[in-house]
Amino acid sequence: MAALKRFALAYMRNPAAGIGLLLLIAIIIMALTADWFFPRDPLALAGRPLQWPGANPRFLLGTDNSGRDIAAQIFHGARVSLLIGLVATSIAVVIGIVIGALAGYYGGIVDDVLMRLTEAFQTLPNFLLLLVLVSIFGSELTTVVVAIGVVSWPATARLTRAEFLTLRNREFVQACRGLGMGDGQIIFREILPNALPPVIVYASVVMAVAILLESALAFLRLSDPNVASWGNLIGLGRDVLRVQWYVSAIPGIAILLTVLAVSLVGQGLNDALNPRLKGR
Amino acid sequence: MPTLLIILAGMFLLLQLAPGDTVDALIAQMGGGGDAKLAEDLRRFYGLDLSIPAQLGNYLWRLIRFDLGFSAIYGKPVSTVIFERLPATLALMTAALSFAFFVGLVLGVIAAKRVNGWPDTVISTLGLIFYATPSFWFGLMAIVFFSVHLQWLPAGGFEDVASGLTGFARLRDIAAHLVLPTLTLGLIFLAIYLRIMRASMLEVLTLDFVRTARAKGLDETRVMLRHVLRNAMLPMVTLIGLQAGTMLGGSVVVESVFSLPGLGRLAYEAVVQRDLNTLLGIVFISALLVIFVNFLVDLLYARLDPRIGTGGAP
Repeated sequence: MAALKRFALAYMRNPAAGIGLLLLIAIIIMALTADWFFPRDPLALAGRPLQWPGANPRFLLGTDNSGRDIAAQIFHGARVSLLIGLVATSIAVVIGIVIGALAGYYGGIVDDVLMRLTEAFQTLPNFLLLLVLVSIFGSELTTVVVAIGVVSWPATARLTRAEFLTLRNREFVQACRGLGMGDGQIIFREILPNALPPVIVYASVVMAVAILLESALAFLRLSDPNVASWGNLIGLGRDVLRVQWYVSAIPGIAILLTVLAVSLVGQGLNDALNPRLKGR
Repeated sequence: MPTLLIILAGMFLLLQLAPGDTVDALIAQMGGGGDAKLAEDLRRFYGLDLSIPAQLGNYLWRLIRFDLGFSAIYGKPVSTVIFERLPATLALMTAALSFAFFVGLVLGVIAAKRVNGWPDTVISTLGLIFYATPSFWFGLMAIVFFSVHLQWLPAGGFEDVASGLTGFARLRDIAAHLVLPTLTLGLIFLAIYLRIMRASMLEVLTLDFVRTARAKGLDETRVMLRHVLRNAMLPMVTLIGLQAGTMLGGSVVVESVFSLPGLGRLAYEAVVQRDLNTLLGIVFISALLVIFVNFLVDLLYARLDPRIGTGGAP
């Protein structure tokens, strides 16, 4: 408990990290209260189309080209973005950890094969691979989330492998072997908890990229059109960009702030975990 | 080389998973109809009646001869379609990379020289914001501001074909069309480069040889240019290789925003039109491009740091 308190103090000493945390909490609250503030379907017709923000007190952020409330779409979009970010990141991190752990622990031919596979994934532009997956398996929300997870794991795998390489010959691991523990138990119960902190910090980068990937896909109208996603709204607003530019501008700021919050929190965690590297 | 093989085998596997094959697409294009005899003949013609390993062998053999198949949508071989689109993407990528590299380098050096001063704070904050900005959104806002309001720059396209410009005037026209796409694509890489450059400068500045150089009485500019920069640039160069693929992926979005006739836009059109042959051809070319860039980076690396040999392990 004392360690946790010290960690929290170290984290909050960094003003940027504090701002990031507040932003992230605000976005989470938006996602949680979406149904309460905007109980109606955010994709349903709400009023006259293309009303500027502030022109009508009923629609604080205006309406889009098909007369849907932008504020409602922003609130419900927060839910979609965070959900996609979390699930896709979890998938990527789990794949990355398993591959990295096996490669780092066993070394030799297992390492060779798994690292060639990782290189193959890193050589392909991940957005291009995402396009291929979506065009083959369709663009429902679940498919998109899994596809984003599948293209985002290589960096996590490399990081986990590097951690395992430094840990696998430590004395506590040799002690475990001496006790006759199985490989699976040593990898997941003994080494992994020690290798986890940098991986968790890196997960914030994966999450930021995952949110950006989904919004880009939605902007190109290749994501699920039946959910209120920020990227979808930007894509819609493109048709009326020359005059009613606010339709695209508002959701873009929402994406920017979310990604900013996630990366600030990640950086804050990193600084708190490695006090030596502060100021870098 | 094994990397490329894995990619190709993976692509082939995905093709097998995709619903329908080339023949289905062809028959659909001819207006449907359920002539089973015709479909069978076509399958034999394209070698689709063979076993899966035999098909994989055929596929690889065709790729070695650069035969990427036929695009039913464009009515041309895929390789022709791709090579028509390659120049725009290469121009955009080179421009964006140079912009991000040099501006990132300069900003990173300024930030590191005044570490924790106000220029550092401003530059680092900008870097964080640029990193979080979705590129397509930045592109749209740039169009609103620079093309619609100020009317300084064209909003899209690669050149003004109608104006019939030639020679230097045509080059200028193309350059004007590329300004906004370059900024848009380069922004996120600028953010990454300036962050890495700043960290790497701070690291190198504390090393002993810098102190020695200063103690020798070299002036600050010489120390910076000859001793610090050369060493601090190594991580930046590594990053070019690592980011080459990401940049190609980013060009899909940017080329769609600015309707540039490049590889990325071709990939997008291929997805929308379900032209899987073209899409996989683009994936193949992109992988080759990334491998080539990494090869160049390795050469550059060896030049910057003589300790890294090109031969085997020391």
